[in-house]
Amino acid sequence: MTRTLHLSLDINGRRHELDVEPRVTLLDALREHLALTGTKKGCDQGQCGACTCHVDGQRVLSCLTLAAQVEGRQITTIEGIAAETGELHPVQAAFLEHDAFQCGYCTSGQIMSAVACIKEGHAGSDDEIREYMSGNLCRCGAYNSIVSAVREAAEAAR
Amino acid sequence: MRDFSYSRAGSLDEARQATLAPGALLLAGGTTLLDLAKCGVTEPETVIDISHLPGLDAITVDEEGITIGALARMSAVADHPGVKAALPAVTESLSLAASAQLRNMATIGGNLLQRTRCTYFRDPATFPACNKRNPGSGCSAIGGVTRNHAVLGTSEQCIASYPGDMAIALVAFDAVLDLGTRQVPVEDFFLSYADAPEKETVLQPGEMILGVKLRNTAAGMRSTYLKVRDRQSYEFAAASAAVGLEFDEDGKTIKDIRVALGGVASKPWRARAVEHALVGKVLEAETVAYAARLAMDGAVSYSDNLYKIELAPRVVTRAILTVGGLA
Repeated sequence: MTRTLHLSLDINGRRHELDVEPRVTLLDALREHLALTGTKKGCDQGQCGACTCHVDGQRVLSCLTLAAQVEGRQITTIEGIAAETGELHPVQAAFLEHDAFQCGYCTSGQIMSAVACIKEGHAGSDDEIREYMSGNLCRCGAYNSIVSAVREAAEAAR
Repeated sequence: MRDFSYSRAGSLDEARQATLAPGALLLAGGTTLLDLAKCGVTEPETVIDISHLPGLDAITVDEEGITIGALARMSAVADHPGVKAALPAVTESLSLAASAQLRNMATIGGNLLQRTRCTYFRDPATFPACNKRNPGSGCSAIGGVTRNHAVLGTSEQCIASYPGDMAIALVAFDAVLDLGTRQVPVEDFFLSYADAPEKETVLQPGEMILGVKLRNTAAGMRSTYLKVRDRQSYEFAAASAAVGLEFDEDGKTIKDIRVALGGVASKPWRARAVEHALVGKVLEAETVAYAARLAMDGAVSYSDNLYKIELAPRVVTRAILTVGGLA
């Protein structure tokens, strides 16, 4: 039985071909096979949110998603949210403006989660932002600034 | 994580047939399967992806009740206005579970089949003894740190706690699982971990959860899910309660009441003794608090989890008083 799969993944609007073992997660496919290292590996166990990506527009954890599972889906990573001109996504700009990070390791996951959180309509108040961003841990404890950034980006999006 | 072969099921029959092979597991949302594969708790030979099967993710709400397809995502059910109107306890149990990302991934069928968070069960490299993983090998949790372990439905074989939230709401409202060839009440679907910890449900090889059915009830419309935990969000229950209430025409005598507990038992735990004690009674704080203690009949603690025996009746009391308009 062949243990290698040939996959064609749609990532940030571009098609990527790769050969992987079936057990390879979307996270490892991005980082180890496609050099898209913006998506971070924290716990690798679905507990920290650092690996958050979008699949068909919905935020998911790439560490608990098999690469094979998302063939045929549209995948968006942190590398895919800024404009082609290089202009930052409003959530990225808000994170800079509010200093919403210290070490930065959780930041791409925070931003991917925040983009979806705002789009879902779950950023109506600070309490709601805290609840719907609770799947993204920040060990530096930049939570107050993260909430400020998400709030401002949500208000700007209205 | 040990490697496995991967294939996508082309049809429902193909998926069910595939589960007959030893070492074959179905993959839906992946949040439990891949997590446990990474822990080394489960080592599938073959993973059959059913997440692309069409027609199994529908959510319908009508005069009869609610039907939820097994592949509906937790977030889709949590956001469904019809479900919220008919059974707020189900909506709340889903909204308070996991994180937004996990709720976008995890399916209703998979959610039911999630496995205990017992840290000893989840760490085979450090704790080889676990009757759930390896029958007869012993229980590493007994004598260990037991803060999150069950106080009801346990034995000296296993004291693990069923971790889910939604199943607590389902068991309170007599949900029935559609397994294709048979319909099984959710209460009978789950087995207590006490006697044979390795056997957690009545699901047989060749079977698959196709959906969940709930009938509309007045108590369901007046229901809630209260979850108390060590942190405010993204945490399993220390103790939780799904309750529903229907009054007589006088608006204060209890006609129908449903109570189920989470975070404290080895399976979704219906507290019928509490229900029986309260039917026909006028809703009053003292009466409810007294009856709620009956939920802990037969409870056994292993030191660190003694607090649950005190906490769970309080959670039940607050939940009942909340839906009754007294809290």
